[in-house]
Amino acid sequence: MLDHPALLTIAINEWLDIAQLPTFLAAVVAILTVLYTTYHKKGRESFKIREIAGLKAVEEAIGRATEMARPILFTPGWGGDIQRPTTIASLNILSSVAEKTAEYNSQLLFPTHDPVIMSVAQEVIAESYSRAGYPERFNIDDTTYVSPSQFGYAAAVEGMITRLKPASVFLLGTFEAESLILAETGNIAGSIQIAGTDSTIQLAFFIVACDYTLIGEELFAASGYLSKDKSIMASIRAQDIMKVIIAAVIILAIISAFVAPLSDWWKF
Amino acid sequence: MARLFPQIICGFFGIVLFVLYFLKAPSAKTLYLTITSDYWQIIFAFALLVGVASFIRVNIKKVAKLSEGPYVITGLLGLFAMPVMALLWGIKGDSPFMWVFENVQVPLQATVFALLAFFVASASLRGFKARSVPATILLVSALIALLSRSDIFGWFGNSALEFSEWVRSYPSMSARRGILIGIGLGSVTTSLRVILGIERTWLGKDR
Repeated sequence: MLDHPALLTIAINEWLDIAQLPTFLAAVVAILTVLYTTYHKKGRESFKIREIAGLKAVEEAIGRATEMARPILFTPGWGGDIQRPTTIASLNILSSVAEKTAEYNSQLLFPTHDPVIMSVAQEVIAESYSRAGYPERFNIDDTTYVSPSQFGYAAAVEGMITRLKPASVFLLGTFEAESLILAETGNIAGSIQIAGTDSTIQLAFFIVACDYTLIGEELFAASGYLSKDKSIMASIRAQDIMKVIIAAVIILAIISAFVAPLSDWWKF
Repeated sequence: MARLFPQIICGFFGIVLFVLYFLKAPSAKTLYLTITSDYWQIIFAFALLVGVASFIRVNIKKVAKLSEGPYVITGLLGLFAMPVMALLWGIKGDSPFMWVFENVQVPLQATVFALLAFFVASASLRGFKARSVPATILLVSALIALLSRSDIFGWFGNSALEFSEWVRSYPSMSARRGILIGIGLGSVTTSLRVILGIERTWLGKDR
C-alpha cells in the first residue's frame, strides 16, 4: 500500500510539469517580492529612482511641439499585441504623454497596426485628457488603425511623419524591421525622438537614430517614473531586489563551477 | 464599476493562465491553448471591425485634403477592392485577387523593406563617428564584425575570424544578456502590476 508521500509524488508527477519547476519557483519568488514591496509598509517607503534622460525629455518634447505648433506622434511598433508586457508599458507611458499634450493643447497622433491596441489606446488617451481637465480636446480620429501588414504599417507611419512633420516622435513598444525606417524618417523630418523597445537587435538602431533611447527595464519603469505612483514605484523596487537575487545566483554558480567543476545545479 | 469588472476578469484569467501554464494534464494544456488562442481570435475579430470602421471614417474625412488625398484614396481603394475581388473570383492562384497581391502588394512591401538598406547606411555613418572612447570601441567592434563577414578577413587567417567570433560571443553577448535580464524582470513586474490591479491605465475611463 502506498504511503502519503508516495501518493503526493505520484500526484505531482502526473499534474505538475516538472521541467517547468525552476520557472515556477522563479515566478513564485517574483510574485512574493512584488507583493512584499507593494503591500508591506517598509517596501512602500519612498525612494529615489535614478534620472532617466529619455523620460526627463518627455516634457521637453511635448513643449517643443506646442511651441512649433506641430503634432506629436506616438506609435507602439508592429511587433507586439496587447498581450505583450511591452505594449502595456508603452500604453502606460502614453497615458502620461497624453495628459501633458492635453494640458499644452497639442495634437497627439497614435497610428497602430492592431485594432485591439487602437481601442485600448483610445480609452487611455480619453482618460488622460479627462484627468488633465480637458476632455473636449480629445479627438478620437487621431488614434488610428493603419494596416496589419508590417511594411504597410511602416509606410503609413513614414508617410505621416514625412507629410505632417511632427515635432516629437515617440517610438515605444515592440519593433522589428520597421524600427530603423521610422527612426530615420523621424530624424530626416527633424523630430525630437524618444525610443524604447524590448528587442535588443532594434535597440542598436534606435541608439544611433534617436535622441533618447530607453534601454532594458527603463521602458517598464517609465510609468512609475512619470506618474510617481507609490504602488508602481514599489514594484520597481521589486525589480531591483530580483536583480540582486539573480546576481547572487550567478556569483554562486561561478564559485560552484570553480570549486566543483562537475556540478550542474545552475543549469536550469 | 466600469473599471472594477474588467479588472476582476483580468486578475482571474491572469491567475488561471499562470496555474495552467505549469500543469501537465492534457485538459489543462487544451484549456490554456483555448484561452490564449481561440478567445484571442474572437476578441481580435470584433476589434478588427472597429479598426476597419475607424480607418474608413478617418480616411474619408481626409479625402478632400490636397496633401493627403491621393494616399487616402489609394488606401481606401485597396481596402474595398481586395475583398470584392476575393468574393467575385476567389483567391486561387490565377484569380485577380492573387494577381494584385503578387504584382502590387508584394512589390510595394519589398520596396519599403529595401529602404532599410539606405537607412542602415545613413544611420551607420552617424553612429560610427569616433567622438569618444566608447564610440571608438563601437566603431572598431562594428568594423571587425562587418569585415569578418566579407572575404577580406580571409587574408588575415583564422585568428581574425576567431577574434570577431569572440567579440560577438562574449563582450557583445554579455551586454545583451544584461539588457535581456532587465527586460525580463520588467515584463514580469509589469504583468504582475496588471494582474494585481496596481497598474490600471489600460482600463481607460471610469464612467
